[in-house]
Amino acid sequence: MKRTFPILAVLTAAFLGYGLYQALWGAPTEQTMGEVQRIFYYHVPSAWTSFIFFAVNLVASIAYLIRRNLKADAVAVSAAEIGLVFCTVVLVTGPLWARPVWGIWWTWDWRLTSTLVMWLIYVSYLVLRRFSSGGQTPVLAAALAVFGGLDIPLVYFSIWFFRTQHPQPVIGDQGSIDPQMLHVLLINWAAFLCFGLLVFWARYRVEVMQQEVEETEALEALLEPRSSR
Amino acid sequence: MRKSHVWRTRNESAEEHRDRAQMTRSSNITAATLAKDIRLEWRSKDAINAMLFFSLLVVVIFSFSFDPTAEESREIAGGLVWVAFLFAAVVALNQTWARELRNQVLDAYRVSPAPPNSLFLAKALGNFIFVGVLEGLMTPLFIVFYNLRPLGPAWELIPVAMLGTWALVVNGTFFAAMSLRTRSREIMLPLLLFPISIPALLAMVRATSAILTGDEGISFWIALLVAYDVVFTIASLFLFETVLQAE
Repeated sequence: MKRTFPILAVLTAAFLGYGLYQALWGAPTEQTMGEVQRIFYYHVPSAWTSFIFFAVNLVASIAYLIRRNLKADAVAVSAAEIGLVFCTVVLVTGPLWARPVWGIWWTWDWRLTSTLVMWLIYVSYLVLRRFSSGGQTPVLAAALAVFGGLDIPLVYFSIWFFRTQHPQPVIGDQGSIDPQMLHVLLINWAAFLCFGLLVFWARYRVEVMQQEVEETEALEALLEPRSSR
Repeated sequence: MRKSHVWRTRNESAEEHRDRAQMTRSSNITAATLAKDIRLEWRSKDAINAMLFFSLLVVVIFSFSFDPTAEESREIAGGLVWVAFLFAAVVALNQTWARELRNQVLDAYRVSPAPPNSLFLAKALGNFIFVGVLEGLMTPLFIVFYNLRPLGPAWELIPVAMLGTWALVVNGTFFAAMSLRTRSREIMLPLLLFPISIPALLAMVRATSAILTGDEGISFWIALLVAYDVVFTIASLFLFETVLQAE
């Protein structure tokens, strides 16, 4: 890890730089929205990346419940944290774009609302991890992750129905996309995914080390004579 | 990983027991636990009094904060009623398992061969009854204070209330067992329960509002509540033993 991590970090930084260049200068300017549309190249890749990490969290949590392997738990917690960071990026860049284009920062449109609810579910997941102690954390967290995974389709479905019943104040990004824009979008998504995986790897390593430290401490506490207490 | 090994051995012996146990036995345990909880609640009336007073306060405070006309209250009553019941239900849910911590009753449950799911069902049914009683007592008060007169078929409120209450208590009972294992467990339960309950809450509120205002489109929300109830009842029954035995 010591040797490969810096190399990969430099490569990822270069890739992200290339993505930034493409987003700012490579892609054509959008007709009606103008330059502000370029935030799209950050917003959408972040959203896709966060969905992928949340899916990884769900799979790892189920794997933990079946196999009771602490490595799966390390994957789950790392994926949840990084997914949440990307989801936060989505929720921050969305209003930044919406204000000039829609004229409002926020609307309770179904996509916005369901992304916010998903964000809340994963915040509660991390809060649970923080507040539970010892060996039960992975089990409780994995159970909650399964509940969250089951809940997300219901969230999307209910809010979609709720919001399509009413007239929508704004129009989503329906319609066709310029092929060059799609190209830049995919470049940025690949770059974001590389960045996400890099951070994920680092976080996973830290979590595994943390588990080893806790195991050693527990072992030492058992071996130590009682007088030290 | 010695710990998980111990966990598995105990789990297996519990499974063997369960194989031997008849369906009647498991429902006997459910009935006994449920009867015990109802008797405890009947004698102390701790949860129901706290819930009643709490939702009464919500009714009064909301009335001051919004000061609605009859037409407006019809629009907002669905949300208001369910928010009051949701917050009040947390009171009952929080003490579900906390009561069993005294004298290590929960540990006794864990080592006993009784199937964990019958314990879970007893607790969920108990909470369903407590919250149901609360709703029965509070609904007339809501009607009086907010001058509610439903424009749709009022009997439809009963299935909506039953499905919605079950949606709240089945997850609430599960998450209460989870938050029992955490620090500051009283605050942990709403933090876990509310985000997951959002689709159910939305369905209850929209269905209730549709009945009160006489709007169409209630069948979708009832279907959603049924789906929610089925999905999370199965999930809870699948995972409850895991959470109960978490070390």
